[in-house]
Amino acid sequence: MKIGFNQINKHFGEVHANVDINFNIQSGMIYGILGENGAGKSTLMKILSGFIQPDSGEIVLDGRVVEIESPADAIKFGIGMLHQDPLDFPPMQVIDNFIAGQEGGLLLKHKGIIREFKALQEQFGFTLDPEAYVDTLTVGERQQLEILRLLWLGARVLILDEPTTGISVQQKEKLFAALRVLAQQEKTVVFVSHKLEDVEVLCDKVAVLRNGCLVGEVESPFDTDQLVELMFGKLIILKDPESVSGDEIVFELQNLYIEQYPITIENVNFRLHAGEVIGLAGMEGSGQDVLLRACAGLQRPVSGRVIVNGEDLTGKNYHEFIRKGVGFLPASRLEEGLVPGLTLAEHFTVTSDEKQKLFIDKTYFRSLSEQMIDEYRIIGRPDTPVESLSGGNQQRAALSLLKDSLSIILLEHPTRGLDMESSIYMWDKLRERCKRGTSIFFISADLDEVLRYSDRILVFFSGRVSKPQDSAAIDLDQLGLMIGGKGWEQEIANEETYEAISNA
Amino acid sequence: MTGDVILLGLAGVIASGAPIVLAAIGETLTERAGVINLSLNGLIILSAMAGFWVAIETDSILLGYLAGALVGALVSAIVAFSSITLKQSQVAVGFILTITCRDLAYLLGNPIMGRQGPIMLSTPIPLLRDIPILGPLLFQQSLMTYFSIILIFVTWFWISKTKPGLMLQGIGEKPAAAFVRGANVSMMRYLYTILGGALVGLAGPLYTLSVKPGWKGTITGLDGIGWIALAITIFGGWNPIRVAFGAYLFAFLQWLGLVLQSSWTFIPSQVLQVAPFPLMILTLLLVNLGNTEWMERLLATLPDGVRNRVKKLIRSLRSQPPAALGTPFERQ
Repeated sequence: MKIGFNQINKHFGEVHANVDINFNIQSGMIYGILGENGAGKSTLMKILSGFIQPDSGEIVLDGRVVEIESPADAIKFGIGMLHQDPLDFPPMQVIDNFIAGQEGGLLLKHKGIIREFKALQEQFGFTLDPEAYVDTLTVGERQQLEILRLLWLGARVLILDEPTTGISVQQKEKLFAALRVLAQQEKTVVFVSHKLEDVEVLCDKVAVLRNGCLVGEVESPFDTDQLVELMFGKLIILKDPESVSGDEIVFELQNLYIEQYPITIENVNFRLHAGEVIGLAGMEGSGQDVLLRACAGLQRPVSGRVIVNGEDLTGKNYHEFIRKGVGFLPASRLEEGLVPGLTLAEHFTVTSDEKQKLFIDKTYFRSLSEQMIDEYRIIGRPDTPVESLSGGNQQRAALSLLKDSLSIILLEHPTRGLDMESSIYMWDKLRERCKRGTSIFFISADLDEVLRYSDRILVFFSGRVSKPQDSAAIDLDQLGLMIGGKGWEQEIANEETYEAISNA
Repeated sequence: MTGDVILLGLAGVIASGAPIVLAAIGETLTERAGVINLSLNGLIILSAMAGFWVAIETDSILLGYLAGALVGALVSAIVAFSSITLKQSQVAVGFILTITCRDLAYLLGNPIMGRQGPIMLSTPIPLLRDIPILGPLLFQQSLMTYFSIILIFVTWFWISKTKPGLMLQGIGEKPAAAFVRGANVSMMRYLYTILGGALVGLAGPLYTLSVKPGWKGTITGLDGIGWIALAITIFGGWNPIRVAFGAYLFAFLQWLGLVLQSSWTFIPSQVLQVAPFPLMILTLLLVNLGNTEWMERLLATLPDGVRNRVKKLIRSLRSQPPAALGTPFERQ
């Protein structure tokens, strides 16, 4: 189906989210919508999928002007959208999720539909169990389910909003393969992303948005510099940061043994130096999150010791760890990192070391939060509730809440959902802290990020932890192999010598 | 005790469990759509009074029940309007309504206090009534009791075997996802809240016209039934079959208390009267054991095949509230 955007405008209060947007998308292609956080990509796609209506302008499908009033309306026009957080029903079975919303008939006829489901997923090489419960699936699998569901409902246009956030490399490849099949079937795929590398390998053509305006359309093959310049209005040069790691040991793990079903981590010995950055790499659920939580006092080790600044904190709770200068920033921002319902200023009030008296000094915290908003480039005001910030801004807010006095910062996916410029900025802020002696442990699914910012890397594979790898001595391919469980024989041979060294 | 007496007692359990079944199933439907109707307790008392009154005046048991259902639907419409349209706290509104309805019932019910009214008789079903054991147990009951039993299965079938039922689950679980699938979330919530309320409204007259005939004001003995029904909805994991099981279990424990009271005189009667409540809590704990960490660890030691089967069993027993229960839905 051919899609036309004709003079689309949309305001949210003061913000002009889409400004006079004009362009066409041909069918049978994978079309990228590229832009940094807050460029107006999601707004435009929500208009196309019927979630919101434009203030002015029209959507043209195959030459016909249409009014799309709701997402259910959109699917009748053949437009289906995959949301960043899958809109599915976690406690239900895959097949019930698949059926819910299908019109016609009163009774659920599982048998026939399971057959259709299997036939459909075969086309794309998906292997979902129709009787599995959705809350046991990974985000990538839930996306696959949504894709199948929308196609089954007759979608000829598939919109994907940041689909590669939070899924594994393997699942990304599976997803891309499926999208290519769809394009071959003359369907239209609209791929919304802020990730250049994804857009470059996948898309036939991209539209770049900046500050709500369409700033250019580029066809494959792409020139990275050109895309970056369109996205940010300037060229960004990536430099590898200098290491500021010192000699002083601030944190130590001794013979750590952790059990968190189904992961068991044995015999971890590790010493962290002041100012050092350690990347934890591995497929999701390989144990890196468990280890990080043990370092924060959120997971009690079965045996072994956790020593912070020379003091044994094994078995102490998170509160004690914070008091001793260990801060933890979890991946699930709204569940664990921030308090939904509280404003930015209230967050600073709660977490600040200053002015902790009975009554709240509103002016002080208002100006403090204004200062932090400025410093961390959060798009929001002191009285904005955190849940109404965009994902990237929630992340910035969460990072800004980490106290300056922390000597060790533990981060889970610190730049997930941030565009390139924002993540560079974020890391600049973190490295500044390192210069002042703060050490960092971080988990990331982005191997480039792990390689670029870490001094040393710990690789995880189903509960096994590698010895620390010097990031200068390992390349992307080696790291990728280790994450996939290859090249560990060498590791075992080294283990004994390593233990000998670390025990020395 | 002879077999006949026990059988008669158990038949009584089915009958006295019927109003609790109606109320708890009604609430299950409402909560499955994501709305908590906390007015249950007052609503049952008010509909009991109203139903009894209408039945006296018209000398029609049927109209009595209709009046009860109407009261239930109206009160629930207030809950629906304030929570769905005005997006107010469902807990606050329900709580105030429950107290208001109860006191209103006592106030307005003064003129009919102690009056003689019609009583619903049992309607044995020909042929089926003669089946040994099952006949006297199930097929010599009143029409409302039959209705309550049929309702259990109809509701179960609706929720788990039909497309609208699937969408009902979705609306209570994640309304945004139901919305993109074409559901009119607000309208559905109105519908199920009012329908659920009407079923709760049938429970009241079922007491005053059958189970505990007559209206005796504050000593009618209905205060508390609504809270029990609410608890049973939760115990039953929002599943009609299990909810009904909970209702009958409660009625059974109450009956047991009465029976034992006469033979176990060494136990204070209050203990036996209160016993059903902690026993219900114990049942809840047993049913939800599968969620604990040590259970997972225990399972990990089992061989794969057995583990998967046990896991499936626990999974089917697990009860999670509808995720969006009590929260308003906004389109954007």
